[in-house]
Amino acid sequence: MNKRNRLLSVPLFALLSVMAGQGVAKVDILACEPEWAALAEELGRDRVSVVSATTAYQDPHHIEARPSLIARARNADLVTCTGAELEVGWLPLLLRQSGNTRIQQGKPGYFLASEQVPLLETLEKVDRSMGDIHAAGNPHVHLDPYRLLDIAEALTQRLKTIDESNRQYYQDNFDRFADQWQAAIKEWERKAEELRGKKAIVQHRSWSYLLTWLGIDVLADLEPRPGLPPTSGHLAKLLETTEKTPPDFILIASYQNDRGAQWLARRSEAPLVSLPYTVGGNERAQDLFSLYNNTLELLLAEIEDD
Amino acid sequence: MFRTTVLLLSLAGLSAMPGFLYAQGMGKIAGNEFNPAVSLILEGRYTDLDNSELELPGFQPGGEAGLPEKGFSMGHNELVISANVDDKFYGQLTAPILYENNETTIELEEAFMETLGLGHGATVRGGKFYSGIGYLNAVHDHAHDFADRPLVYDALVGGHLNDTGVQLRWVAPTAWYLNLGAEVTTGSEFPGGENEDNNNGMALFAKTGGDISVSASWQLGVSYYSTEFASREAGGHAHGGETAEADNELLDGEVDMAGIDFVYKWAPNGNSRQTNFKFQAEYFVRDEDGHSEFTEGSDSATADYTGEQTGFYMQGVYQFMPAWRVGLRYDRLEADNTITNFSGTNIDQEEYLEESGLGSEAKDPERYSVMVDYSPSHFSLLRLQYSELDNGREKNDMLMLQYIMSLGAHGAHRY
Repeated sequence: MNKRNRLLSVPLFALLSVMAGQGVAKVDILACEPEWAALAEELGRDRVSVVSATTAYQDPHHIEARPSLIARARNADLVTCTGAELEVGWLPLLLRQSGNTRIQQGKPGYFLASEQVPLLETLEKVDRSMGDIHAAGNPHVHLDPYRLLDIAEALTQRLKTIDESNRQYYQDNFDRFADQWQAAIKEWERKAEELRGKKAIVQHRSWSYLLTWLGIDVLADLEPRPGLPPTSGHLAKLLETTEKTPPDFILIASYQNDRGAQWLARRSEAPLVSLPYTVGGNERAQDLFSLYNNTLELLLAEIEDD
Repeated sequence: MFRTTVLLLSLAGLSAMPGFLYAQGMGKIAGNEFNPAVSLILEGRYTDLDNSELELPGFQPGGEAGLPEKGFSMGHNELVISANVDDKFYGQLTAPILYENNETTIELEEAFMETLGLGHGATVRGGKFYSGIGYLNAVHDHAHDFADRPLVYDALVGGHLNDTGVQLRWVAPTAWYLNLGAEVTTGSEFPGGENEDNNNGMALFAKTGGDISVSASWQLGVSYYSTEFASREAGGHAHGGETAEADNELLDGEVDMAGIDFVYKWAPNGNSRQTNFKFQAEYFVRDEDGHSEFTEGSDSATADYTGEQTGFYMQGVYQFMPAWRVGLRYDRLEADNTITNFSGTNIDQEEYLEESGLGSEAKDPERYSVMVDYSPSHFSLLRLQYSELDNGREKNDMLMLQYIMSLGAHGAHRY
């Protein structure tokens, strides 16, 4: 009996010492990806404390519910994630392990970007032989500036629900962000006029929203099926495609393995462009504005070289 | 006292859940489109081994401990159904369909409900579940990195500590991860046994961990389990053929077990897609005692038994290119058993020790295993494993080829 009592005293002591150190004023936000962390920073500024579960160099589909993430989810007032099954392998588990009511499905603290906008590439029928595919649609929504603005508006509403005393503050931040963003869209679209009708070979469907917005056509995908690495047979077929229709660029994200893309670029002499994909994807993409600026600069640089 | 406290805390927690649901029906439930999420694990194997009985001198086998059948055999073909029941509860059922010796049986591996709505970091789970002790105990076999379980799990908890009861978990509101858990269970499952109140099992565990850098993370856990029982059946050293089956019982026994587990994971930039490395090690010590009664045909013996047994394993698994991994594992056990007040009929102490499984050899059991597996997607895996087990008496080689396929809902990426 004595032994048991001694063993019990450890967790009880930990409980008491932890309870003594509580009291946080800022809205604690756990973003699943850096783009939503950046958006939450734009809208919440110094009233929020934001952490991203992944970096631009990690594939958000291949993450585990590791200890540091459980600890962050435990304390979060809000999780902002992509949804559309992108985080299906770890987010539901993380939420269950967190013991945090505020961020469970259906609660104000559970925010999925993909649920705020219509998605591209939705499917009626899905089979795993099709690869890592999402029935709900393509989840990589943040590279369409219009959808991003809609998501920003929805996230602002959510912040107002969670932190009622700062409603006006979030609204002002959104108004400022929306003005700047709309002005930026005009500028980007003016510059991107030259990109319209260009042809790209992509790696994964990460670029669908960006390319649809810019009017760039997708010739082919380096992945034989979504989520599966390029095979030599598939690459050989792609090489034939590039001989018939030379692409203007081969697009990959900085987190992706570029071996297949390098090979194709060497053989086909099409320029390989490594885009930041999200905030932090390269040194210049440090927030949402610079992410878009840098993406367009990199694409335009290839056109101007020709 | 402890049992009552855990039960009362659990009840208090359940009744304190807020009855508030924000915007019911909005948004789709992630991971749950099939509502409930249904998945099916298919596992089959081909095994080449000398001796199909798992003998670990010094340890009475129990639970699911054992070796696969020789040649072709089915593993755990397992149906998993889970869903958020409503905004307050989550439920899960895992039922393997086993096929052994031309017989099909359905087992209830896990069936539990768990709270979603308690908040404050607390979760209550009730039903039949894998205990939270250790690192691998709560991980289903098909998610292990080797085709069989570490020896320490087979020897001390009969594969997994899997019992019916209540679990209370609490994640501390700290920036660093601290998870504390307590369980009250029947205590009737191995290494426990039948007890009058059917609630003698008790487990405690604590886990902490974090990130060392963007590339590396770790977890450290400690755990404790204890139970008292009126009687426990053990397999002992069975003989085939004409001889009568041995009756090997431990009466009025007590088990205390403590363990420590450590996991380290590394991937360049935290991107595990291309290459990654995982190291894990666990150590358990078990003290138990009881009155041993052994009968085999006309032979019988009784003795008082006290055992102090330890075991550990460590393993490293390296993914050297997408889809391909190699792994190396080392297992070791040690038993220090004391027998007093021996009295036998037609059997001497030497023979009794060997037949009851309580006699250890001068050399401790140890095993080396090496494996390579190929997993083209999250959902399929082929594995080849070779192990050499030296149980102190004899050496046994095992070569195993295994497939694990996962159909349906996307499995959870647990740490």
